[in-house]
Amino acid sequence: MTTQPVHFYQIGSFAVGNRLVDDADRTVQSNANRTNSIDSGHRACQGCGEALGARYALDAAMRATGGKIVAVNATGCLEVFSTPYPETSWRIPWLHSLFGNAPAVATGVAAALRVKGKTDVRVVGQAGDGGTVDIGFGCLSGMFERNDDVLFICYDNEGYMNTGVQRSAATPPAARTATTEAVGPEPGNSFGQGKDVPRIAMAHDIPYVATATVADLHDLERKVERAMSMRGARYLHVFVPCPLGWGSASNETIHLARLAKETGLFPVFEAEHGVVTNVSTIRHQVPVEEYLKLQRRYAHLFGKNPRPDIIERLQLIADQNIARYGLVVDDDDSKEVTA
Amino acid sequence: MERPFAITLDVGSSRSNHTGSWRVERPVYVDRLPPCNNACPAGENIQGWLYEAESGNYEGAWRKLVEENPLPAIMGRICFHPCETACNRVQVDEAVGINAVERFLGDIAIEKGWTIPEAGVDTGKRILVVGAGPAGLSATYHLRRLGHQVRLVDSSAQLGGMMRYGIPAYRLPRAILDAEIARIIAMGVEVELNYVVHDIDKERKAGGFDAVFLAVGAQLGRRVSIPAGDSSRVIDAVSFLHQVADDDPPLLGRRVVVYGGGDTAFDAARTAKRLGATEAVIVYRRNRERMGAHSVELEQAEVEGITVRWLSTVNRFESEQMVLEKMRLNAEGFPEPTGEYEELDADALVLALGQDTDLSLLDQAKDVVVRNGVVEVEATMMTGENGVFAGGDVVPTDRTATIAVGHGKRAAFGIDAYVNGRDVPEKVRHDLATFERLNTWYYADAPRTKRPELERIRRQGTFDEVIGGLTEENALFEARRCLSCGNCFECDNCFGVCPDNAVIKLGPSQRYQFDYDFCKGCGICVKECPCGAIEMVPEKI
Amino acid sequence: MLRQIEGSRAVAETVALCRPEVVCAYPISPQTHIIEAVGVMVKAGELAPCEFINVESEFAAMSVAIGASAAGARAYTATASQGLLYMMEAVYNAAGLGLPIVMTLANRAIGAPINIWNDHSDAMAVRDAGWIQLFAETNQEAADLHVQAFRLAEELSVPVMVCMDGFILTHAVEGVDILDQSVVDAFLPPYEPRQVLDVSDPVSIGAMVGPEAFEEVRYLAHLRQLDALVRIPVIAAEFAQATGRESGGLVRSYRTEDADVIIVALGSVLGTIKDAVDIRREAGERVGVVGITTFRPFPSEAVRTALAGANRIVVIEKAFSVGVGGVLSTDVAISMHGEQFELRSVVAGLGGRNITRRSLEELIARAVSGDLEALTFLDLDHGAVNRERERMASARRSGPSAENLLRDRDRGPVAATWVKEES
Repeated sequence: MTTQPVHFYQIGSFAVGNRLVDDADRTVQSNANRTNSIDSGHRACQGCGEALGARYALDAAMRATGGKIVAVNATGCLEVFSTPYPETSWRIPWLHSLFGNAPAVATGVAAALRVKGKTDVRVVGQAGDGGTVDIGFGCLSGMFERNDDVLFICYDNEGYMNTGVQRSAATPPAARTATTEAVGPEPGNSFGQGKDVPRIAMAHDIPYVATATVADLHDLERKVERAMSMRGARYLHVFVPCPLGWGSASNETIHLARLAKETGLFPVFEAEHGVVTNVSTIRHQVPVEEYLKLQRRYAHLFGKNPRPDIIERLQLIADQNIARYGLVVDDDDSKEVTA
Repeated sequence: MERPFAITLDVGSSRSNHTGSWRVERPVYVDRLPPCNNACPAGENIQGWLYEAESGNYEGAWRKLVEENPLPAIMGRICFHPCETACNRVQVDEAVGINAVERFLGDIAIEKGWTIPEAGVDTGKRILVVGAGPAGLSATYHLRRLGHQVRLVDSSAQLGGMMRYGIPAYRLPRAILDAEIARIIAMGVEVELNYVVHDIDKERKAGGFDAVFLAVGAQLGRRVSIPAGDSSRVIDAVSFLHQVADDDPPLLGRRVVVYGGGDTAFDAARTAKRLGATEAVIVYRRNRERMGAHSVELEQAEVEGITVRWLSTVNRFESEQMVLEKMRLNAEGFPEPTGEYEELDADALVLALGQDTDLSLLDQAKDVVVRNGVVEVEATMMTGENGVFAGGDVVPTDRTATIAVGHGKRAAFGIDAYVNGRDVPEKVRHDLATFERLNTWYYADAPRTKRPELERIRRQGTFDEVIGGLTEENALFEARRCLSCGNCFECDNCFGVCPDNAVIKLGPSQRYQFDYDFCKGCGICVKECPCGAIEMVPEKI
Repeated sequence: MLRQIEGSRAVAETVALCRPEVVCAYPISPQTHIIEAVGVMVKAGELAPCEFINVESEFAAMSVAIGASAAGARAYTATASQGLLYMMEAVYNAAGLGLPIVMTLANRAIGAPINIWNDHSDAMAVRDAGWIQLFAETNQEAADLHVQAFRLAEELSVPVMVCMDGFILTHAVEGVDILDQSVVDAFLPPYEPRQVLDVSDPVSIGAMVGPEAFEEVRYLAHLRQLDALVRIPVIAAEFAQATGRESGGLVRSYRTEDADVIIVALGSVLGTIKDAVDIRREAGERVGVVGITTFRPFPSEAVRTALAGANRIVVIEKAFSVGVGGVLSTDVAISMHGEQFELRSVVAGLGGRNITRRSLEELIARAVSGDLEALTFLDLDHGAVNRERERMASARRSGPSAENLLRDRDRGPVAATWVKEES
């Protein structure tokens, strides 16, 4: 007689909630009493991935700490759309100082809390990719190197969206931005090494580094929880699609994040003390075209004068990620039916 | 604390900024018709009872099931489950094993002695049901629930119609059949067996019936003229199976040829095999693709050693010698003779070429329209004669037990409306929940559970049931494979994926509500709803 | 207790008495000795609870202080020159957020050309940042001002910068009376923040403010600085009562009663100026000195009062606005609006050049005799300047001026003087 594992819950761990599993195993986001760290009425664009990512991460941090977090925010979309005087969307203690100093400000908050003996209160620093990989990078590296007790979260939407979609060091090759227009023989952003901050963070040997996307809530929440169970410098890099900057439909935000992971373009993994300890393998691998064609920032690769050569180079990046992190598992046995 | 002006703000104050004004489209929750429900001839709310089964509430699931169909243990065995053919999960991996879960529920109900709903408050109306097959039993059940008195008559010695006399016991064990019929009869039904109705109008008038449901089935095996010697044993499949059911099987010899390609042909061949035939051969004039029988029948038959001669017709049968003519399919797919012949040794020929109805009881009922040997009915199953309803194999339809059950139910409601002098209320039918509307990413990968099958050796001499049931664990697993197409199953996705927290979670089984004060109309909830139960509609601006 | 002690050490020990809770350190001359000394005390556990954080830049230093202060800790750091400019954005931010951080500025010139020696260019560069800027005349005052600075900052929720001349004060060893802990504790209550990041009472600090309220926010900051003009003398008086020592305050006058010419200056140069004035007084010239202790907010009324009666005002500045002239002069001129007087700006001591008593005596003499031009660069080597100007006129690519001047120095008289005086 064929047997099947019973621990199968219809939507498994892919959806936000699941009426069939115990409350304890459900996501923070499925809880009607979640914090809503960032509340309604914020002025993010329709379908904003960053607003979603911030709520996911901070609500998870709130649960992990029993509601004791302080957030430090860099300048950027998240700051601007959440706190235009006289309204704030935050429900947690929150401080915005500057664009490039959020990691250092977070260090200061953590130091103050330690001095005051409030070690149960934890600090989360957060910034977009500009505030993390570019202008805030010095402070970030310093915070890592000192191993300050801060979880720093980068919401990566691959560009300076707040200022009108300019290139950052996190902008992928070939993507069109206002400062890497789709003109000339190499349209869009140039191909280069990129600045892979999760790997750079790992090189600091900090206790915890992880990447996540807004498409996999369970994974993201688990990583926040893991991060909050540790002390010292921790880094979480969350992939958050930007409908405005990417020229994608507002309803595609989560879908695009999923495709970024499923193509291999955005590797999802975690590392402790500089060593990769876990990777999220690709569930249904798709070629990069499936991801690219949904975004107008890559429109110049398709259409009347298509650039299959450039698409191929982008596919190569995905393939390299797949090889580097072992994102594709051929062996059926390793797939868990229980989810 | 004194807040520095404009520098420091009080938490959550953005709720005064109603971003809903940005919206040009709004999401709305919808319910859609799942393809299984749409395909179920018996009108079962399959998705509904699977939903209950998913949480292990088997009794709740069974109760929801028998709301529509009082014969789940039977259906779980003999229904050809068009629900599974229609199931959207086919496009993900394999269809949900609805039929297997239905059987599991039916069996556990029998085992635990769960009782079907009691008869309704007596209306004083008397209904005559002629024929105690699936249509008649289904009608009886629903009529009793509606409070009408039922007299159920049948020409055979036992209840069940074709379920008893056409379907072999290895497919439908008699204990199961008896148990589910008994539950219906226990609702308080006047039953008379071995009772033949000769004139429907006379019968109605004599009994003072307010309405009649005619469900006598198609009991006559169709014959064709095949040159055959006097000594050759030729029998039609209906009679053959009926005699087997009456425990009086005819002697067919060792080599049995069954002529036909429908389910009955396979029932006959597999039964012959169990009665001791060493060879059971099915002769069919078309090919495998055009076979009328359900493929599962062929698969089972082949396992049991039955062979099929495709593209062949029986030309003549004399002295244990049968001559087959080879056929070919023409451009339209119809078989044509080729003039090539081959011989086959055979002791008996069973004709499984279809069944006809015996409608002699309608000879005097002038308003009942009979065309091509079947009775014309309207949507309520009423014939041309007021108060005379018909269903099952006597009306134009595919002749399956499940369709008959559906007819019985529809007729019951038609009769109820008729005797009360009102119209059958129109049912709201939602748009179909098509596969394109689903976001199947969210469903965990899960191949279908296979039902255990009886070892081949035990199928040869016995009528033991071939296909087993699911264990509870497997049934639960199988139920949870349901995608809940088109209807919210409270996965919290919309609640979780909204960047504006504009979805309000109302609590268990209360579903959700949009907070249009803040919903910006991005549409992520629609895109990420696994089951397609949200849609965007333009705002009136 | 009076000790012969380096200025930096005196400041470090006094800061320690103020019980700072978070100290951020990034090395830059000439403030390094201060932060090193505080670091030793923290590491030894003498200041517990206190976090000493070695940051990766001055920008991070001020940022850490911002975070610490917003979370309710008494935060301190020190910097100079390029470091101040590197943290400039955060300097403005700390003031805008109203965080009572105290920072020592060991005044130093700003490059290029790079120069580690003293002038006031750094302090002047951030005069509009919204910080209170206090200038110490002596090491004793530098130490004392820190105690008053924490008190003032926390009373008003405004950051305070204590400016002390690099090397001249920071590296000078002289007698300084270091206060008793009990005296400081009595004078400086624990920090009670106006706003704090608190999980039991969450707020959002650092909102984005548009045209609808920005001007009001800035005006409120202005009013708060004006409040400081009231509080600074009060705090200085209380300090004097507690310690028996005159330190701080808005302005300090020296021999101005009947002065016809009054010299105005900031910082340590006041000592030399007073010596020169004493000598000129003996020569019968009616000269006096007004030292400005509180540069931001600018104590216009106090300055006006102190300068009343003077016909000629000479402002000696260790910084200037290139293309304009004196910076302090402008503030003095505005304060004296409506009065009859002559104002003379003297730019002196840039990049660490010594301001000698002899040069000052000559300067005073010229001021008294009315020979002083509106803008004077004290001890400027006109020959070197003229040679470079000639080079620039004759060759389009004459090379960098600094290097040219240095080459000239090896041959010329200016360099000889400079080298001698520095060593």
